[in-house]
Amino acid sequence: MNPIISIKDLNKIYATGFNALKNVNLEINRGEIIALLGPNGAGKTTLISTICGIVSPTSGTVHVDGFDIISDFRKTREMIGLVPQELTLGAFETVWGTVRFSRGLFGSKRDDDYIEKLLKDLSLFDKKDSEVRALSGGMKRRVLIAKALSHQPKILFLDEPTAGVDVELRKDMWKIIHDLSSKGVTIILTTHYIEEAEEIANRVGVMNNGELLLVEGKDQIMENLGKKQLVIELKESTKKIPSSLEKYNIELSQNGLQLIYNSEIKDGETDISNVLIEITNSGLLVKDLKIEKSSLEDIFVDLVRVES
Amino acid sequence: MNFVAIRIIYLHEMGRFWQTLGQSIASPVISTALYFVVFGSAIGSRIANIEGVSYGLFIVPGLTMLSVLTQSISNASFGIFFPKFTGTIYEILSAPVSFYEVLIGFVGAAATKSLILATIILATASLFVDLNIAHPFWMLSFLVLTCIAFSLFGFIIGLWADNFEKLQIIPLLIITPLVFLGGSFYSISMLPELWQKVTLFNPVLYLVSGFRWSFFEISDVSVGISLTMIFLFLSICIGVIGWMFKTGYRLKQ
Repeated sequence: MNPIISIKDLNKIYATGFNALKNVNLEINRGEIIALLGPNGAGKTTLISTICGIVSPTSGTVHVDGFDIISDFRKTREMIGLVPQELTLGAFETVWGTVRFSRGLFGSKRDDDYIEKLLKDLSLFDKKDSEVRALSGGMKRRVLIAKALSHQPKILFLDEPTAGVDVELRKDMWKIIHDLSSKGVTIILTTHYIEEAEEIANRVGVMNNGELLLVEGKDQIMENLGKKQLVIELKESTKKIPSSLEKYNIELSQNGLQLIYNSEIKDGETDISNVLIEITNSGLLVKDLKIEKSSLEDIFVDLVRVES
Repeated sequence: MNFVAIRIIYLHEMGRFWQTLGQSIASPVISTALYFVVFGSAIGSRIANIEGVSYGLFIVPGLTMLSVLTQSISNASFGIFFPKFTGTIYEILSAPVSFYEVLIGFVGAAATKSLILATIILATASLFVDLNIAHPFWMLSFLVLTCIAFSLFGFIIGLWADNFEKLQIIPLLIITPLVFLGGSFYSISMLPELWQKVTLFNPVLYLVSGFRWSFFEISDVSVGISLTMIFLFLSICIGVIGWMFKTGYRLKQ
């Protein structure tokens, strides 16, 4: 199946000289939820702003459903909804008015039934006549989602949708995202929260310093980049690592009572069983074993640290 | 052409006008009435007729132009500056609308507001003086063209400004002096010869003169020149906005 978004060699250099995107290549599949992870200034917002038409690319191409975002901007933008990071809303407009405005702006004819359903789905209908300024932060976030969905887009961009929201609302947001995904909407979200990416995304992209370091499924990332740490507690202390174990990535604790083996996961396999056999053969007596597996967060932190 | 978007931008902008209807109407009515009391009655009664037109009547076109120019600039500049200021401009930039459709929506609404305002001013003026319009078609044409031209100019200011100070500075320091010195309240024939020549460099003179001709068939410069100057100003504004849109000046990064 053709990707719904295809990004090739995308670069963005701002007037200040800041290189926000460096040769980004990415294909996003129809109906998937992809999370872009990265620290502040990584280029996540610039990437989605470029696809949406807010930022002009310096070079490279972006196609949405086969259409170029510059020469066919009407077709591409009709397919896209954007929920920005900031709560940017006209303070004196009503919820109903601002959502209806968004629908019209995207060229869709007036459809009060659809807007009513949308507001009900987002638990906003009882606030439809309220001015936006009277709403809580969480409600404003929902209004932004309603605006982005007002023209029934195929693709929804959410720029840090849960930044600064409480746990309950965050879970509500995740449910909204899952519901939209089940209706076939392709979702691209940026986030700082690894937990969020783990919870809702099919694939995770890691960005840092304007580069897209990797884009893979969560399980693949764990498989390819995950590490296991085996901590072997010894009954009696030892002064040095037995020579038969030197070929493995093993460290000895200062008190000589622990051997720490850092294992990389390759094709789902590790050398843990071989290490254990070698320890037994070397005559060391094992008191206890502990295995720790790296989380997506550990992998993310390692990736970003190495790049920096 | 995304007509639905043009319509919704237009209605959205007009919505702000209707929301502050009392203020929108009261302000021009009060200021026009004050001008007539001060210039028309108190001072005007001591000024001789100008080319056969009483002073109170003579200032009506200039007074209308003063409000139309300042309000066109104010409405259009604020209309596009406010979304930039609040950040809601992201929605317009990411919508399937061309810059020209955005322009028609914003400038159309600003020009409409100015036209409504001009109608209110003329209606208020008719309470003080016996207003007869010699060429209603040309009066309306000059009025509409001026509303559009200065709304376009206001739109440029709104795009250019990145703070409230800049938004105010051009109307305050350039437009208002030009309007006052452009023959709004006098005929340039009343000025010394040197200042008459200097005044010819003031674009507002051509607007006021053409507009005044449509009322009383008297003008400081020929009607043809007035029309040419308005179209020239319109063309320059459209050219500048076209460049701003093409380069994304102060809109896109």
